[in-house]
Amino acid sequence: MSFFSRARGMLGLELLSGMALTFRYMFRPTVTLNYPYERNILSPRFKGEHALRRYANGEERCIACKLCEAVCPAQAITIEAEPRNDGSRRTTRYDIDMTKCIYCGLCEEACPVDAIVEGPNLEFATETRAELMYTKDKLLSNGDRWEPVLAARLELDAPYR
Amino acid sequence: MTEITQKITRTVEIDSHAINFGPQHPAAHGVLRLVLEMDGEVVERADPHIGLLHRGTEKLIEYKTYMQALPYFDRLDYVSPMAQEHAFALATEKLLGIEVPERGKWIRTMFAEITRVLNHLLSLTTYALDVGALTPVLWAHEEREKLFEFHEAVSGARMHANYFRPGGVVKDMPAGLFERLSEWVEVFPKFIADLEHVLTTNRIWKARTVDIGVMTAEEALAWGFSGPCLRASGLPWDLRRSQPYDMYDQVEFNVPVGRNGDCYDRYLVRVAEMYESLKIIRQCLAKMKPGPVKCQDHKFSPPGRAEMKRSMEALIHHFKLYTEGYHVPAGATYTAVESPKGEFGVYLVADGSPRPYRCKIRSTGFAHLQAIEVMSKRHMLADAVAVIGSLDIVFGEIDR
Repeated sequence: MSFFSRARGMLGLELLSGMALTFRYMFRPTVTLNYPYERNILSPRFKGEHALRRYANGEERCIACKLCEAVCPAQAITIEAEPRNDGSRRTTRYDIDMTKCIYCGLCEEACPVDAIVEGPNLEFATETRAELMYTKDKLLSNGDRWEPVLAARLELDAPYR
Repeated sequence: MTEITQKITRTVEIDSHAINFGPQHPAAHGVLRLVLEMDGEVVERADPHIGLLHRGTEKLIEYKTYMQALPYFDRLDYVSPMAQEHAFALATEKLLGIEVPERGKWIRTMFAEITRVLNHLLSLTTYALDVGALTPVLWAHEEREKLFEFHEAVSGARMHANYFRPGGVVKDMPAGLFERLSEWVEVFPKFIADLEHVLTTNRIWKARTVDIGVMTAEEALAWGFSGPCLRASGLPWDLRRSQPYDMYDQVEFNVPVGRNGDCYDRYLVRVAEMYESLKIIRQCLAKMKPGPVKCQDHKFSPPGRAEMKRSMEALIHHFKLYTEGYHVPAGATYTAVESPKGEFGVYLVADGSPRPYRCKIRSTGFAHLQAIEVMSKRHMLADAVAVIGSLDIVFGEIDR
């Protein structure tokens, strides 16, 4: 051990300089965000609350191919389907158990028509468990609510998909 | 006849000094229940009870396709998710015999190192928190937040990424991330320097860690140590060096080694490893070239979106992959990676079906945890906390 480090130790300088450093940190610009009013930017790939999208003419995209149901590792998705009056095949039931979902994003990856997506919304806490059993109506209304953002996100991420 | 009326006197010592350390104790790093037999304030015996976070991951994986099994690995050691995915992806690739394109390998190597920094930031600073230094943990969470943003940029999730796949990675890095990473790599050493400034020479920190929980090289080997804990005892064993995977044979880095195998050396090795990780990330950024990021054989990795919508064959591949998955030829492999905590291995047995027949996970922390008994014996109670902190255990992977 050199003379200087020994002297430093005897005078307790390493403690003092450590404290000086923590003191200096106090005057740094803050990095915290005032959350509900300020938010961080989310990447277009963010995996948040699910939504079912529609085409521009209002027709729902989902064709009940059940790929998402098959690929879901947590088996959170339940789909029932039958032909509609106009002959096209649509879901009669599309449920996601949000308490089972692990937000892995495989449903979005699997969907061949970009119907089920994991949107940017991360504020969907509820007071009861029952509210987290999402039905088709809830998912479609999510889609209607977030559609402008969802379309923009998909467009941004399109070159990589 | 005389009656025996002799009294037998016995002294019964009631030892009330068996204490429960955890499972709710914040210094137990999760749900460790440590039953400590105390002699005054000295630990006589430490008996870890595990299993409070058991989720049956290994059994669950037997019922999932290889693609579905991957997210489970994020949730093992939730402090370093991508390193776990890496082990499973490599094991599956080995059984399938597929090759990952170069860019995919570079991205995986780089994110494995980012994960290492992520892990060490948390483990070192919570370790410091356990022995009384509150400040570093607050600083480190700010830095971790930046790293989570990189994770989120590529995978869409801050922690449970589901980003590495057998055959490469899901998607290429988005535009702008390269610049952000290059910028971060330049400023981050300043933070490690600050961290060292408040800890490395600090007399309180040294008093709490030097010569605490000493493991000699022989003992460390006998107890099955790996990673930084083994290197702190003086053995330069690093799987990235001894059996390189992905691009580790093409980057230059040093393997930091300690000398005494005490808690302080384990801290020093981890700090030095962060510098080495930065070195690797810098080289990855410099050597990365544009190109495909995942295996181009659509039997194993899904075709691109545009192709899937145009070509019937691609659509069939897409449907096959997301419903049935791919059949993995029968065989078995043990593939290990150098995860931030040590050797993380996957023993994968395939029987030709799209689901693994068996997936045994060699968790790092399990081997480290069992040595708590020998490491904390005859130390003070507060030193047991330092030992746990320095071992860097996470219960997600120990209990699986």
